[in-house]
Amino acid sequence: MGVLIFAEATKGNYKKNALEAVYYGSKIANQIGGETVVFTIGDGANAGQFGSYGADKIWFNSNENSSDTQVVSSLIAQAAEKAGATYVVLANTAMGKAIAGRLAIKLDASLVSGVNALPSGNTIQKQVFSGKANATFELKGDKHVITVMGNTLQPEATGNDGIPEEISLSAPEPRIKVLDTKTVEGTVPLPEAELVVSAGRGMKGPENWGIIDELAELIGATTACSRPVADTGWRPHHEHVGQTGIAIRPNLYFAIGISGAIQHLAGVNNSKVIVVINKDPEAPFFKAADYGVLGDLFDVVPKLIESFKKFKAS
Amino acid sequence: MNILVCISKTPETTAKISFSSDNSTFNTDGVQYIMNPYDEWYALVRAIELKEKHGGKVIAINVGTADNDIIIRKALAIGADEAVRINGEASSSYFVAKQIAEYAKSNAIDITFLGKETINYNGSEVGAMVSELLDQPYISYASSMEFDGTSATINRDIEGGVEVIQVSKPFVISAAKGLAEQRIPNMKGIMMAKRKPLNVVEPVACDDKVTISEYSLPPGKTEVKMIDPDNMDELVRLLHEESKVI
Ligand SMILES: Cc1cc2nc3c(=O)[nH]c(=O)nc-3n(C[C@H](O)[C@H](O)[C@H](O)COP(=O)(O)OP(=O)(O)OC[C@H]3O[C@@H](n4cnc5c(N)ncnc54)[C@H](O)[C@@H]3O)c2cc1C
Ligand SMILES: Nc1ncnc2c1ncn2[C@@H]1O[C@H](COP(=O)(O)O)[C@@H](O)[C@H]1O
Repeated sequence: MGVLIFAEATKGNYKKNALEAVYYGSKIANQIGGETVVFTIGDGANAGQFGSYGADKIWFNSNENSSDTQVVSSLIAQAAEKAGATYVVLANTAMGKAIAGRLAIKLDASLVSGVNALPSGNTIQKQVFSGKANATFELKGDKHVITVMGNTLQPEATGNDGIPEEISLSAPEPRIKVLDTKTVEGTVPLPEAELVVSAGRGMKGPENWGIIDELAELIGATTACSRPVADTGWRPHHEHVGQTGIAIRPNLYFAIGISGAIQHLAGVNNSKVIVVINKDPEAPFFKAADYGVLGDLFDVVPKLIESFKKFKAS
Repeated sequence: MNILVCISKTPETTAKISFSSDNSTFNTDGVQYIMNPYDEWYALVRAIELKEKHGGKVIAINVGTADNDIIIRKALAIGADEAVRINGEASSSYFVAKQIAEYAKSNAIDITFLGKETINYNGSEVGAMVSELLDQPYISYASSMEFDGTSATINRDIEGGVEVIQVSKPFVISAAKGLAEQRIPNMKGIMMAKRKPLNVVEPVACDDKVTISEYSLPPGKTEVKMIDPDNMDELVRLLHEESKVI
């Protein structure tokens, strides 16, 4: 019995979602009284830290084909067998989801993706209908694969670092070839951002985004936008949040000049705190907000910037 | 070339979500259904474009009961050549994946298209399962695809960026925004769809590994606190002291 967590590395580094998955997995291991084993692909150089997030063992395997789901799922499945894992936990990232389904078939396990709480007995909860409801899934059989949503548990470092150990595994021939990887440099990618400043059609045009960028930069937030703003090319597509864009759950979401259509809310209503700035008192977004400011954004946002500057200086 | 497109149905995006009084089932009363946007706007259209360029046929597949026929006809009206409905309740992603894989195996499918996720259960589970059952490469969240008849160059969305990959057929691909431009069915398409074959096939036996036992609505938001637009210092103070996010 045990829990195997796959920690996804990006160029040898680990993002918050990997720490969260490890911490979450260790909590399940406590529940079932088993071992927490972390598995990662790469040289394992930065994997020692998982020890302080609950890992009893840290395994790594250096394989270069970490983008091929056939290769990766085969390696994880072997590690899971070796660990005698009852649960296999992955972060609910694009890659995590692309691997999880393969793993479930390989291990003949049940699969629930995007869970947002720890299991309770043989049940586990996840969001459905784009965050408009939760569903409790009953797990059958004796092996389970789950992908865990960001911000489900706040990881706490407690114990000491562990010592990564290389394990040898056999891998199938890769069938996809990676030609190039383009990452958005500088800012934290939206799915991982703790603070998000988002703006909509109320901005009137792309030339007015200076105040949004300034506010975001000042507080270290990532920028986002509503769908029509991305569709008309005012902002790049990777900023589009909502039902048909990215679903996010930051600690703080600023919605500036966004009406709060149901499809927009579907992607952001799990934010811990929502601040809405809008000049229309009837804007539906106010109903989903924690704090609301009724006013002209071209007036309010510069004032907000000044207040944050004062706050930072104090 | 045989191209399979998996289409699912989902409640229309503004549908009100409610449950039976014991919270065990989703209340379908008055709910309008649509074809899952990722399947319709991107996967299906890109598949049709490939056929238009390279020949072959596009087969739309759905796992579901007879009330899905209206959505399947829409796929035919947009331009699929034929359709097949696997006649069973889509009770879990494993059940659905198993049916699609069985069909793909016995019909020499070169490329299997899916949507990135259904917007009802947001699983993104079916595609990876189908590709494993078929022992084929899986390229998820594709936002563009060039194909030369044998091999494809695909941009796929990854966390905070894009990865460009190359793969040869057969493979399984899931469609994200950008893969194609939405097509609206025209009158001719709608008329032709009536004469195109919609085959109904019985499902293969398969036990679900998960079942949904209960639904709940997320806890409601507390009343919004309105802040004077001339007092942004107060907003900053609340974010720092009350909600502790800054
Ligand atoms: C199938 C489907 C999927 C969709 N998916 C998404 C999705 O994923 N994401 C998404 O965002 N949308 C999505 N939409 C679109 C959605 O329904 C809305 O049309 C969209 O979110 C509206 O964008 P907006 O709020 O920026 O613009 P608007 O609705 O035009 O709102 C602009 C707001 O700005 C306010 N405003 C204007 N000027 C000022 C000012 N000077 N100061 C302060 N406030 C001002 C106005 O009061 C208004 O509330 C989808 C729609 C469909 C049908
Ligand atoms: N009942 C179904 N019949 C056919 N295809 C489906 C069905 N359910 C899901 N799919 C396909 O699988 C994709 C991903 O669905 P999901 O794993 O539920 O998020 C969808 O976009 C569809 O292409």
